[in-house]
Amino acid sequence: MIDEPTRRLDDGALRALVPRVLAGMVRRGEDFYAAEDALQEALLEALRVWPEHPPRDPRAWLATVATRRLVDARRSEAARHRREEATYSEPRPAATEEGDDALFLLFCCCHPDLTPASQVALTLRAVGGLTTREIADAFYVPEATMAQRISRAKRALQGRRLDQPGDLAVVLRVLYLVYAAGHAGRVDLAGEAIRLARQLTLATEEPEARGLLALMLLNHARLPARLDPEGRIVTLDRQERGLWDTREIAEGVRVLQSALAVQRPGRYQVEAAIAALHDDAARAEETDWPQILAWYDDLVALTDDPVRQDPAAVLGRAVAVGHMLGAAAGLRETDRLREVLGERHRWHAVRGYLHELGGDLPAAATAYADAARRATEVAERDHLVRQAARARAAEP
Amino acid sequence: MPKYLLLKHYRGGPAPHRPVPPMDQWAPEDVEAHMAFLKHVSELLEENGEFVDAQALTPERTWVRYGGPHAAPVTTDGPLPETSDLVAGWYMIDVESHERAVELAAYVSSEPGPGGKPLYEWIDVREVMS
Repeated sequence: MIDEPTRRLDDGALRALVPRVLAGMVRRGEDFYAAEDALQEALLEALRVWPEHPPRDPRAWLATVATRRLVDARRSEAARHRREEATYSEPRPAATEEGDDALFLLFCCCHPDLTPASQVALTLRAVGGLTTREIADAFYVPEATMAQRISRAKRALQGRRLDQPGDLAVVLRVLYLVYAAGHAGRVDLAGEAIRLARQLTLATEEPEARGLLALMLLNHARLPARLDPEGRIVTLDRQERGLWDTREIAEGVRVLQSALAVQRPGRYQVEAAIAALHDDAARAEETDWPQILAWYDDLVALTDDPVRQDPAAVLGRAVAVGHMLGAAAGLRETDRLREVLGERHRWHAVRGYLHELGGDLPAAATAYADAARRATEVAERDHLVRQAARARAAEP
Repeated sequence: MPKYLLLKHYRGGPAPHRPVPPMDQWAPEDVEAHMAFLKHVSELLEENGEFVDAQALTPERTWVRYGGPHAAPVTTDGPLPETSDLVAGWYMIDVESHERAVELAAYVSSEPGPGGKPLYEWIDVREVMS
């Protein structure tokens, strides 16, 4: 509870209030979508007004302004035409846990009927407390486009009951999408995803939620080493490991252990375990490939037809196989994926890596060049062109 | 101030002044020099207040047209997919004059190629309608 003057209330603290205020309004019986719009307006006003006039109680300020906006909106709507039957969700029993608010709102935003892009946008706004402009910047689209995407998403859900427990798997996927989108742009989406995943772990005992948080932390820890000072991609085997964030790794490992202790494994826990093993190696040569391969075996065993349902896992496993049983064996594993991934740059890049591992530099150069032609990100394309040129130049 | 697109092409346009192999066959240091130059161009344009946008396109192309009522869209990779003109990307700039756009295009075209010598790449300069 914040009740002292909040001159120092930063963006993060302000954003953290958003889901709490919104959940309060919805629990009071307000329509989720109208309340979310009203709160967005209140948030914009807060960003404008607070630096000069900090409120005594920020949360109450936001709730009051948002409610006023809601009433205004309802009035103008009523004046225009007879208001269609709005569906209000039943007021829910008041809960005081912050985590419950986050979970409830995540289920609203990650409704399975929405497209992933809409789920992501709505989650960032209603739970993350970002403004439409910030979300637009993060995805490099005009603000009007993002505003439209959000309001279409809300229209698509109008009138649906939101009091049923949602699908946690969808929520986890949406958070992972937010994380994965977070490597560029002005808004730190990766950090935002980690913050949201942390909130989620407060609200649910589900080990996969903790698995996802651990996976994000363990990958995020390597971010400082992922690019060199010129902005060039540095692959895991060549990264300056001293730059890795050891505090984040320690937290990730702790979170992962608490998830694994529940003994209900899932893909995020397994992927986090693989990430943890990479993080654990002081030098690339010390990587524990036997254990990594064992975890990959678990990962591909989670789906009936991994080649089709989880080709990324099969591709990752091929690298581990290459390290354990030799490049040729790894390449044979990738052959199974040719039909599914043969047009994707990552498939060619992994084959380039395996050829290089096996000492076949001309084949590596060709594979890297094939990968570069199919890359969809400039930094990645440039990296693959460099790999190709390097492999070709090193030919005996 | 007029805006211009400085278009780079994977292929098409006048015959290359200096034919070179694909970049993955250059010496690694020449690749580095080339990429560093392109980064420098973006930074320079931003510093000058002339930068609007820069984008790169993948070489994958699909031509699409309306297939008619109750029919799927018709697609093809085009006539002469191996030789037809193919845009690789662009700088969009906001400059004083056409002369300035030409000057900048020539500068882009001086980008280092194999052996560190200029590439003399043809740049397609197009004015954007306001």
